[in-house]
Amino acid sequence: MAQMTMIQAITNAMDLELGRDEKVLLFGEDVGQSGGVFRATDGLQKKYGVERVFDTPLAESGIAGLATGLSIQGFRPIAEIQFFGFVFEAMDEIAGQATRMRYRSGGRYSCPIVYRAPFGGGVKTPELHADSLEGILAQLPGLKVVVPSNPYDAKGMLISAIRDDDPVFFLEHMKLYRSFRQEVPEDAYTVPIGQAKVVREGKDVTVIAYGAMVHTAEKAAEEWAKTRGIQAEVIDLRTIRPIDIETIVTSVKKTHRAVVLQEAQRTAGIAAEVIAQINEQAIFYLEAPVLRIAPPDTVYPFAMIEDEWLPTLKRVVSGLEKVFSL
Amino acid sequence: MSAIAPTKETTYLQVLDTEGNVVNPSLMPELSDKQLRSLMHKMVFTRIWDQRAIKLTRQGRLGFYAPVGGQEASMIGSEAASEKEDFLFPSYRDIPQAMWHGWPLYQAFLYSRGHQHGAQFPQNVHVMMPQIIIGAQIVQTAGTALAFKLRKEKRVAFTYIGDGGTSQGDFYEGINFAGAYGAPAVFIVQNNQFAISVPVSLQTAAETLANKAVAAGIPGVQVDGMDVLAVYSVTKQAMDRARTGEGPSLIETITFRYGPHTMSGDDPTRYRTKELEQEWQLKDPLVRFRNFLQKKNLWSEVDEERVIEEAKTAVNDALAKADAYQKMTLPGLIDSMFKTLPADLIAQRAEFDS
Repeated sequence: MAQMTMIQAITNAMDLELGRDEKVLLFGEDVGQSGGVFRATDGLQKKYGVERVFDTPLAESGIAGLATGLSIQGFRPIAEIQFFGFVFEAMDEIAGQATRMRYRSGGRYSCPIVYRAPFGGGVKTPELHADSLEGILAQLPGLKVVVPSNPYDAKGMLISAIRDDDPVFFLEHMKLYRSFRQEVPEDAYTVPIGQAKVVREGKDVTVIAYGAMVHTAEKAAEEWAKTRGIQAEVIDLRTIRPIDIETIVTSVKKTHRAVVLQEAQRTAGIAAEVIAQINEQAIFYLEAPVLRIAPPDTVYPFAMIEDEWLPTLKRVVSGLEKVFSL
Repeated sequence: MSAIAPTKETTYLQVLDTEGNVVNPSLMPELSDKQLRSLMHKMVFTRIWDQRAIKLTRQGRLGFYAPVGGQEASMIGSEAASEKEDFLFPSYRDIPQAMWHGWPLYQAFLYSRGHQHGAQFPQNVHVMMPQIIIGAQIVQTAGTALAFKLRKEKRVAFTYIGDGGTSQGDFYEGINFAGAYGAPAVFIVQNNQFAISVPVSLQTAAETLANKAVAAGIPGVQVDGMDVLAVYSVTKQAMDRARTGEGPSLIETITFRYGPHTMSGDDPTRYRTKELEQEWQLKDPLVRFRNFLQKKNLWSEVDEERVIEEAKTAVNDALAKADAYQKMTLPGLIDSMFKTLPADLIAQRAEFDS
């Protein structure tokens, strides 16, 4: 076991998979010589050569299209989109092409691509870099969307994503890249895609979150336990498409209350989907409406007001308050 | 004569004039009599097949269809210069190339009707489904060409786009990526003068579409797209160049579609004159090549009649096979979304599984 940050775990996962399977390729803007703007691919070109790990011209649709064309010929590309805010440039290749390939060709072609992108807020990037566009991805049929909240899951789920025979979008929260270390096994292991995890057990309310919000949820739960003696159960979704509704429903049947947290704007996001599915499967177990705590429906804000815009610990705590007062 | 060389001067290449006389012997491809006859066979077959497809569309027996009449030399001359192992990325009008590259005709008909089996290509047929999002095929071609290069396979990825498609960002991204990686790709721009209704003069200030290759640092050449020998010759050189590791090329074929953009309501009289149509019909690729072959005693009316009958029979047989093919089911569609169905789709599938 080694102590790793999330970005080290991500590098380590790609290192192991590049070593294991020569069909795995890694490319994107600045990922080769420079090792990536966040250093996620540091040292990998040197180790595996310019034919396996390489820089691309600066064009996101070209990067995603390259991945499509390589994957239908049997390669397993890991395509880095330098910042998630740039994903719109690649949207046709993802939403219009790769995610439909297996369906359109009746299984003749498939696209085992992993798109990786740093995302999420709270790190004061220039505008249009940070954004929480995961709801847009989660709506795409044919795509799996993964958001790890810690180094252990990041490594295990990235390995699962690379080995998956269909396209997976792997979202790396920028604030979590180097915020803490965790024990991570040095060998390869997988964490399954599509399984949520109960990260804190409790009997009074279920708090559902993903990415950096998992940590805010845990802090809020601690505070509630201390100040109010209420035990919140915290679920880390880990995969936001497909959503592991079973784990959520099991918890809600026990707690009878739920709150969903997201960094993305309020409307038509993951929280809305989680709430819809709770309604479909567990509405008679609820003692209060399921609430969502999310930023307002504005565009992602400029850096100077970012921290206030994102769900703060204070807002999460008062949101929890609300499910008990309703 | 080497037609494909990196240069900023665009050359316009022709082998046959409109009467079928050889005007440029140095560009004459080395083809046997049998191969020459095969080009004519494919062009006649395609024209008859196209006329039948138009009729069938009007009768409601086919779905989406984009007529190809006028573009036979551009389509068939270029595809004929490829090898079976080369990978083709067609756009929606490029059904003839896909068919001559191995796509069974009944599957092309099923594709037109909107049946999933249409694009379920046999394993030994190296064709992608026709591209609808104009430009996407260009970036994908770069990727597949890079795959061949990385695996050191002597294969080429080749693709087609129209004049309007060269305005798309993906067009430049794709040719630029292929150029940057020296990937074995051939990009064929079929300039049929109109993108639905918009003329080339409104697409770009570039003098030629072949000139767009200059910015990507790859060779670009303009060829008479009504001259099957010129198209073959130039494409063959581009294919050879790609196959021997010299990188991608761009070919602009100057051609014309006689019919509407598609059979879904386009009316060409709204944007082009009768005179223009007549002018292009004088350059007809079949007339020209037929003259050439007849002068060499390589083509007769009997040959022509035989191919016409063959095409009609093939269309009828393919239609019968398409009609008999099993219907799609919703569970079947759901099953084709992923290699292994996730839990949410398993639950949704159950609703349709009776």
